[in-house]
Amino acid sequence: MMKLFRKKIDLGVDYEIAFTHILSRKMQTFVASLAVAIGIAAFIFLNSLVVGFNRSSDESFFKTMPHIRIYIDDELSVPLQKNDANQRTSVIVNPKITNNSDKLINPERIVEQLETKEYVVTAAPWLNVNLFYNNGISQLSGSSSGVNIMEANTLFDIKSTMVEGDMNELLSTPNGIVLGVGIAENLNVRIDDNISIVSSLGVIKVMKVIGFFKTSSSVVDKTKSYINLSIAQQLMAQGPDYLTDIYIKIKNPADAPKHISELETLTGYNAESWQTANESAKASQKTRAVMMGSISFIILIVAAFTIYNIINMTVKQKLHDIAILKAQGFAGKSVVNIFISEALIIGTLGTLVGMMLGALLINIVSKVYVGGDTGYFPIQFESKIMLLGLIVGIVVTSVAGYIPARSAAKVDPISIFRN
Amino acid sequence: MEMKNILRVENITKFFYTPIEFKALNNITFEVQEGEFLCIIGKSGCGKSTMLYILSTMDTEYEGKLYLDEQLLTGLKQDKLARLRNSSIGFVFQFHYLLPEFSCLKNIMIPALKLGKYSREEIEFRAYEKLKLLELEEQALKPASKLSGGQQQRIAIARALINDPKIIMCDEPTGNLDSKNSEIVLGIFKQISKDFNQTIITVTHDNDFAKASDRVIEMQDGEIINHNLIL
Repeated sequence: MMKLFRKKIDLGVDYEIAFTHILSRKMQTFVASLAVAIGIAAFIFLNSLVVGFNRSSDESFFKTMPHIRIYIDDELSVPLQKNDANQRTSVIVNPKITNNSDKLINPERIVEQLETKEYVVTAAPWLNVNLFYNNGISQLSGSSSGVNIMEANTLFDIKSTMVEGDMNELLSTPNGIVLGVGIAENLNVRIDDNISIVSSLGVIKVMKVIGFFKTSSSVVDKTKSYINLSIAQQLMAQGPDYLTDIYIKIKNPADAPKHISELETLTGYNAESWQTANESAKASQKTRAVMMGSISFIILIVAAFTIYNIINMTVKQKLHDIAILKAQGFAGKSVVNIFISEALIIGTLGTLVGMMLGALLINIVSKVYVGGDTGYFPIQFESKIMLLGLIVGIVVTSVAGYIPARSAAKVDPISIFRN
Repeated sequence: MEMKNILRVENITKFFYTPIEFKALNNITFEVQEGEFLCIIGKSGCGKSTMLYILSTMDTEYEGKLYLDEQLLTGLKQDKLARLRNSSIGFVFQFHYLLPEFSCLKNIMIPALKLGKYSREEIEFRAYEKLKLLELEEQALKPASKLSGGQQQRIAIARALINDPKIIMCDEPTGNLDSKNSEIVLGIFKQISKDFNQTIITVTHDNDFAKASDRVIEMQDGEIINHNLIL
């Protein structure tokens, strides 16, 4: 108990000395804190920018792409006899895509099994059909997704993209079609008009237009439509159990690659995560993160150097004081405490100001309207990054302060007194 | 009254290795009694400051043995020695070495705050007591750098006394003072050793100062040539 009490006092006087040092050099403290503040503000702002950018680009992926897709991959033909070096047989082959069916067997059961997994939000049967949209003499090529519209909505939030009509009418209108606004414009159709669609197999269907949607991609808007699954099956000239894809939405999109092998074993088919399907986009996200990360890191290093410099200068100026403190019984640890505390006071002050500055910057930039698909600048207040900024600020300043503090602790008082 | 050994030095030898190997102290042995006012004199370079730094426990690179109050100090860890300096040894230097940003009172309080034996209020009270002893109580709240040299030296003495150390070690305490201030400092030292039975070990050039002490040790070329010089 007594020892604990003494320890407390011990910290108190070290801190008091540090605080007096800081107060007697307000200008230096201000400059060093400002350097840290700018460093931390830049760190928080740039990293929030990256997170915001990546989130918005992920969101745009998820408007057209599921987290995980179950499908049958194309296979290449293999030679009947494998080339074996020992037996010196060589078989000449010409690998081609095999003419296997891409039909998933027993899709209902697969969907049922998938939906028992706790991380799966929805598993939706999906059938994409390439087709032509015809209205009079105008013809457009595109693709249509045969879906259960409720499930499709869970996956891609179609409802939020609807600009006219009600997508739920698909449920009551078997031959209904929800068109992208680009198609509607080009074919000059309105709600309740009829258009005909022709599949690559030559099946013609007359469809009733029940709604339009507008996504962030004009290409999608000019080619894409939603129809009922049964119509899509008919367009492919197949029966009601024909399905080529199952689209899966999971709770945490970032975890998609982790579930791939399990899902492949479960279904017996190929599973592809959105990260794999968008590898180049993910790579550019990573590039952006590395770029911004290194810029903010460099700014932080500069801030750390400012702190290092100021503490180092203080130590050099205060050699006599350090010697006298040591003579009076301050151990090396106490001397380290004093100068680390000084760095921490400067660092904490700077970090807190930097966090406010960063939040202010984010607030200002998030109100900038950039137009296009993006709308407002895709940046928002990221509490995780704020916390990270706080931790980084404290850690960086502690390290920057520790190095000169360590050298202060090693000051030999006798060599100071002798001169 | 029975005399008690407060400090014992046994066969201490000290070498300097830079710029060339040099024997600064040669096999020094002596004892200091409790309450004694001891002066060490000698010409520049005779090793008296080197001796003092070893006694102060700040210099640990020597051969031989050093005892404080019958406790062997030689070989103790730095942290332990620091604690011991804090509680048992007070220092007064030639150039007073107060911390310039702090008030006189705070300068005096710092070693006591480090020791943590008393509460802050008690320490403040005790610091005022020491200031009164040195007739400086009206300077208490002034920054240390605003005082005259003589006043600063007295503040430094008050600081050395704050933890009631067994020994007060001084390196040329009057080296920078005029005769009037020197007299005051000498008076204080005499009072401390008589009234509070604290031991004082002083390295000095000042013969008048040495004359007033209980005992004078004379050193020459790293050796004690006289254990009780009569001036």
